[in-house]
Amino acid sequence: MYDVIVVGAGPAGLGAAIEAAKAGASVLILDENDRPGGQLFKQIHKFFGSGDHYAGTRGFRIGENLLKEAADAGVEIKLSTRVWGLYPGGIVAAATEEESRLYHGRYLILATGASENSLVFKGNTLPGVITAGAAQTMVNIRHVRPGETAVVVGSGNVGLIVSYQLMQAGMDVAAIVEAAPEVTGYAVHAAKVRRAGVPILTSHTVVEGRGERELEAVVIAEVDDRFRVIPGTEQTIKADTLCVAVGLTPRTELSAIAGCRMAYSPALGGRIPAHNEDLETTKPGILIAGDLSGIEEASTALDEGRLAGTKAAEGLGLLTPAAAETRKALIRNRIAALRQGRFGDKRRIAKQVLWDEYKNRGDNT
Amino acid sequence: MRKIFIDCPQEIPCNPCMSLCRTGAVTVKDLTGRPETEPALCVGCDNCVAGCPGQACFLIDEEEEQETAYIDFPFEYLPVPVIGEKREAYDNNGCTVCIGTVAEVLSRKAWAGTRVVRLAVPRSKVYQVRGMARKPITEQEG
Repeated sequence: MYDVIVVGAGPAGLGAAIEAAKAGASVLILDENDRPGGQLFKQIHKFFGSGDHYAGTRGFRIGENLLKEAADAGVEIKLSTRVWGLYPGGIVAAATEEESRLYHGRYLILATGASENSLVFKGNTLPGVITAGAAQTMVNIRHVRPGETAVVVGSGNVGLIVSYQLMQAGMDVAAIVEAAPEVTGYAVHAAKVRRAGVPILTSHTVVEGRGERELEAVVIAEVDDRFRVIPGTEQTIKADTLCVAVGLTPRTELSAIAGCRMAYSPALGGRIPAHNEDLETTKPGILIAGDLSGIEEASTALDEGRLAGTKAAEGLGLLTPAAAETRKALIRNRIAALRQGRFGDKRRIAKQVLWDEYKNRGDNT
Repeated sequence: MRKIFIDCPQEIPCNPCMSLCRTGAVTVKDLTGRPETEPALCVGCDNCVAGCPGQACFLIDEEEEQETAYIDFPFEYLPVPVIGEKREAYDNNGCTVCIGTVAEVLSRKAWAGTRVVRLAVPRSKVYQVRGMARKPITEQEG
């Protein structure tokens, strides 16, 4: 029996585990991967934010810091362990290659993250067509170049950062294509890759991947204001890698089988568990954090985790309501700072809508 | 004298430029304010240049009556630039502004792997330059 079981050892799960353990809870993290950290160890770039968010520190260093913090707080982490079921009363069913067994937690914190969106086009199963996450795993973790020349689809921060990292690994990026009429990521990230000579083609999409046995060329075309391909605008770019970076979808499977009421928020990635500002779902004792509670970025995920972990510690009676509130207020302020400005507005408003809806509905349990 | 020059056009939640500056030459109001600079306070240490996650900080060294000016920018590609090497200098759109000469390649432990390149360019062009080509100009092209 653990006080808290956390599913997912990414920034949100680690943040949650650290806060709960620091307050005195016994904490177990289960993660299906063979190493902890989620996507953090793929992030070789320096992070945005303030000093409170480890700004200016490379992502993998933040991961190292968090693992040390978790170890110091006494958090137990079981890797290569896939959670496949949740049952009433805090029962977690998880399997490794060898065995499947049950764990029991007073509180569950789901930090299952998100999966990458795919894109449908002719030839999208050709070897050489990969997602942004796969590209990062190859160049930043395995130190293998996926190819010589890439076309990247999507100009959000992920697409822009991955383009930069592919070039750091020695690849050329022939173009970034973006269906929207303007770059969707930060101007400074866009400038970084443009400065290296990479054109960003807005109002463009990929229509076909060509090649005999593997990708040899990418056909792109212009789209109109309703994202329909404009015939006659096709052009062919020689490339052996097509990297798809077109957004993320929260991994809601476990929260859904636990019976958490679902909400829908396009700005936050679609279907997510309904939750309040403390990351409580509609099921008592089940909290969420990170991309599962809405697609944002790693710094926000980490702090959401810390908030959920603090809330669980409060629920366990390890923190007085007053002590918990002081701690939560600090974290909430940091999160609020990350949701300021033009890029944060949409997410800030979408979160408020979710919280209000949670509060106003009487059927939460 | 090298002085800070920042090209950070959007209100994004980020302020390492301010926290890395020991002399108060950069101020960011709230977390999403755009950085404001006080070049007179800048001592030209390059910490913001190397530390800005958006690579939006530069130092510019220009003297009146001098034909050549210098711009410092971060550089994280291989091969490591060599002093004296000629490279195409790019603006923010990747357009070639001029040919620059690598004057210095700086590296500090605190910069966590980021190098700062000091590129010599014609003074009339220095404010357009934001970086340089990933590879040096080859003999044939040069």
